[in-house]
Amino acid sequence: MSRRFRLITGRTRKQADGLHRGKETEAYRQATALVEMNADDMTRLGVEDGAMVQVRTSTGAVDVPARAGELPLGLVFMPLGPTANALVGTETEATGIPPFKGLEVEVEPA
Amino acid sequence: MSEVVENAVCTFCGCLCDDIVVEVDDGRITNVKRVCASGRGLFNHYDPTPRQPTVNGKEVTWEEAIAEAGRVLREADSPLMYGLSSSAIEAQRKNIQLADRLGAMIDTTSSVCHGPTGLAMQAVGEPTCTLGEVRNRADLVVFWGCNPAESHPRHVTRYSVTPKGMLTPNGRKDRTVVLVDVRPTASTRLADLFLQVRPGADFEVLTTLRTLTQGLGVRGQGVGAEEEVGGVPLVALEELAEKMKSCRFGVAFMGMGLTQTRGRDLTVSELFTLVAELNQYTRFSVIPMRGHGNVAGADQVMTWQSGYPFAVSFARGYPVYGPGEFSAVDVLARQEADTALILASDPVAHFPKAAAEQLGQIPTIVLDPMPNMTTEVASVVFPTACYGLDAAGTAYRMDGVPIRLRPVLSSTRPTDEEILDRLIAVS
Repeated sequence: MSRRFRLITGRTRKQADGLHRGKETEAYRQATALVEMNADDMTRLGVEDGAMVQVRTSTGAVDVPARAGELPLGLVFMPLGPTANALVGTETEATGIPPFKGLEVEVEPA
Repeated sequence: MSEVVENAVCTFCGCLCDDIVVEVDDGRITNVKRVCASGRGLFNHYDPTPRQPTVNGKEVTWEEAIAEAGRVLREADSPLMYGLSSSAIEAQRKNIQLADRLGAMIDTTSSVCHGPTGLAMQAVGEPTCTLGEVRNRADLVVFWGCNPAESHPRHVTRYSVTPKGMLTPNGRKDRTVVLVDVRPTASTRLADLFLQVRPGADFEVLTTLRTLTQGLGVRGQGVGAEEEVGGVPLVALEELAEKMKSCRFGVAFMGMGLTQTRGRDLTVSELFTLVAELNQYTRFSVIPMRGHGNVAGADQVMTWQSGYPFAVSFARGYPVYGPGEFSAVDVLARQEADTALILASDPVAHFPKAAAEQLGQIPTIVLDPMPNMTTEVASVVFPTACYGLDAAGTAYRMDGVPIRLRPVLSSTRPTDEEILDRLIAVS
């Protein structure tokens, strides 16, 4: 069973609201510390909505709750923030911009 | 005393909505109207109470903080200056002046959002227009790799999808809206046509569109109705190519779905080239969906003063451009900066962990109206005023139109510009 996925990170309204409230707040942590997945991918991994999973890259690993989202098979999403950034490397391909989207990740139940 | 401020500007994102109504009572914001869900918190959670600067976490006088920051900057061999995009252009100019004086590297948040777009503009040119032209003229609107419903909620109602304009008197009915992304998003429901691209395949899809608009044949993968490129049915790309050529005034809005994915500036260049070529047939423009309120201003001011939009080093005594060399993530990851000055930004929250942690290892000076994860690790913190809330200034909208920011509250804190002026004097 493949546990390999592509990760994209991005803005969400809850992430924006959380950063106004303060990045030390629970609202910000909850808005940014999660991964959205295709529901069929979650079933395949044996993960229920809200269950903790570990997301890993060659750079780092984080444990976050998985949420069913409207994503194609094999693609997972995390909101911008320090949790996702623990997975992002610093290779910018001579542009200055790190690979915030399209990262290869492994996901499995935590 | 209560007061209603009309036509205030929300500086949260590059839309710079300038029709906000703010109710103020006894020096506090009590109500905000017309603002979107993302910008509302900027007003509702802003605490204008004056705070003292800190040195190593301890409150000090402004003079003591200036003296300590000046000492740190004078002793630096390889300082990095970063951020700028949530400040006003008046302060951005001072920050670049300080970098020039110190022989520092200076970079803006552009380098982690639309830096590749800047590279594409330099390679291809920028077929652009204003958001006013979009509102009044555009009958085909393409969103590519962006999600305005989440990131720029009022963009669609003020400029691009629903507003009634001079040549679009029926608003939404006069426009065809196309969304291209790797997944359905909250913005998908805005679109007449949604094309779902396979992740990382935007370049192939854009090249195919260029080929189709030139009237050349394309062979995709698969057979017949199954034939596709980059996950998109070829027949849908043929339909879009025809819409692009036959529209009266088209505009493409592009986001970080292109800049942060494999190919980066090469992919953005392909879109800009497509748009430039479409002007053989009709009027077509492209506008990047800028994130921070004045990130477009940061590009402008950096270019006025150094010749380059971001990632500049003054170490040789003249400006040298180097994305990948002098961009902040690269500099921090290689541990090449021995001091940092952060203007109105929070790189500890938004940089890859290895780069973010480096800011805690070197003396870091921060100018910011609000505490954040970078002020937590900073050695000197200046709690400055917030432009557009309790300070006046100028910011550039995502289409390059300057907008004057009038304060809605009485000013009780020094501005970024004033602090940077003092740092220039003591550095």
